[in-house]
Amino acid sequence: MRPLAIGAGCALLLLWGGTVAHAQDSTYARSLAATCFTCHGTDGRSVGGIPPSLAGQSKQYLLQQMKALRAGQRPATIMHQQAKGYTDEELELIAGYFAGVTPGPAAAAPAARSGY
Amino acid sequence: MSLTRREFVKWMAASTGVAAVAGCADMGTGSAGRVVVIGGGYGGATCARYIKIWAPDIDVTMVERNSTFVSCPISNLVLGGNTTMDSITMSYQGLKNRGVRVVQDEVVAVDIGARQVRLANGGTLPYDRLVVSPGIDFMLDRIPGLRSADAQMRVPHAWKAGEQTAVLRKQLEAMRDGGVYVFHVPLSPYRCPPGPYERVCQVADYFKRAKPRSKIIVLDSNPDIVSKKGLFLQSWNGVYKGMIDYRPNSELEDVDVRDMTVKLTFDSVKGDVLNVVPPQRAGDIAVKAGLITANQRWCGVDWRSLESTAVKGVHVLGDATVSAPGMPKSGSMANQHGKIAAAAIVALLAGRPVNRHPVIMNACYSFVDGKSAMHVTSVHKFDAAKNTMVAVKGAGSVSKMASVEEGNYAWGWARNIWGDALG
Repeated sequence: MRPLAIGAGCALLLLWGGTVAHAQDSTYARSLAATCFTCHGTDGRSVGGIPPSLAGQSKQYLLQQMKALRAGQRPATIMHQQAKGYTDEELELIAGYFAGVTPGPAAAAPAARSGY
Repeated sequence: MSLTRREFVKWMAASTGVAAVAGCADMGTGSAGRVVVIGGGYGGATCARYIKIWAPDIDVTMVERNSTFVSCPISNLVLGGNTTMDSITMSYQGLKNRGVRVVQDEVVAVDIGARQVRLANGGTLPYDRLVVSPGIDFMLDRIPGLRSADAQMRVPHAWKAGEQTAVLRKQLEAMRDGGVYVFHVPLSPYRCPPGPYERVCQVADYFKRAKPRSKIIVLDSNPDIVSKKGLFLQSWNGVYKGMIDYRPNSELEDVDVRDMTVKLTFDSVKGDVLNVVPPQRAGDIAVKAGLITANQRWCGVDWRSLESTAVKGVHVLGDATVSAPGMPKSGSMANQHGKIAAAAIVALLAGRPVNRHPVIMNACYSFVDGKSAMHVTSVHKFDAAKNTMVAVKGAGSVSKMASVEEGNYAWGWARNIWGDALG
């Protein structure tokens, strides 16, 4: 099911970006959001939900939370330090990207037995 | 995994080198391009995976010598007896399911002119773009006593997770209570700046629990603790007080494996378990491919695409790169390099411009015991005038103190980055 869900996410992006300029914006937004995937999971679908999934959250909510973190108005362990690294425009693109992704199961790495 | 007949024919052509002619991929096979990725670690696996997600028509072949992925991050917890080897071992099946061809072999040569790599088994793989993500290799010419494979089993580095991690854990388990664990840290830059000090915490946690009369001697080549100093000292001067003898500026001369002695410039230190991490450079294949540009050790890259500054068409990721100021050699970094390179390769193969404003976020957690962790984080942006990545001022910092809450986030980080590279 995972490829279908990603396909749906891509379709949304394609609908959003009708012109060449917009297509470049969408890959730029994707590249910015990809900096979050390391901790929050690919496309913001978090394995085990820690830290929380971002996929499919409302743009308004995500933007408000990231700005609150950046301003030190929302307590956090690490996000307040990271949010300071992004401009308003970048946060807007990131929030828009995650809002456009369909929520779905996270892509966990398959376990394997150690030979040692 | 299922290959279509067309894919299978292409793959046979690629692996035998018979039908495939370099540079003709677009016309000859109707392919969207061929990418070969050397190395299935944090950088290479992430890059291979994201090329397939963002441009499924591109042929991606990843060559990795090991059958499974063993994570360096979290591996110190194995040494502390706080997790298992199984918990840090994953398969490449997720990448195969996404259509990445995973070849278990070793690249022994890169023919830049012909745009192909040669495998240890004799086969060749042609490419339009090559990704080199070899991690580190050790500069063993500087430590004659550790040159043999046998010596490295007696005095492990455990700085590449896998067999070495298991060997060191067994030695710690076998050591008598009241024994001495001697740990040598190389001069910076090396893989994972806070890693050595996390390791000291993990071994101390194990000794405190299982062998309370034992001691730890840290022989650090560096003049001081390299990363998260205040946070590590909270533990060393707190719960582990009296267990750790930290000796800065301890430049290594050699190791006597028979006498179990570390030889420094003015001193010799004997131990029951020796753990020597040698100085490092980019992995061997980066040297063979002519990608080294700095201090005979590291590979220069254009941060907008991770393309080598020495060889066009070749992208270098992860620990092997010349780190920009303030950028650590970490799994987080390699994972982010992988995605920037994947986006750039997808754009370049489609004839589109690459993103001129890359952003890199780093987050590294260190465990001080079995449950509590703390972090260091930073955000980096490309500065066109300086032609390098620059840390954003005012962003990024460290934890106030280690906590169980951050320990849970550290495991969350691990599960998500593993999924982001291999899922």
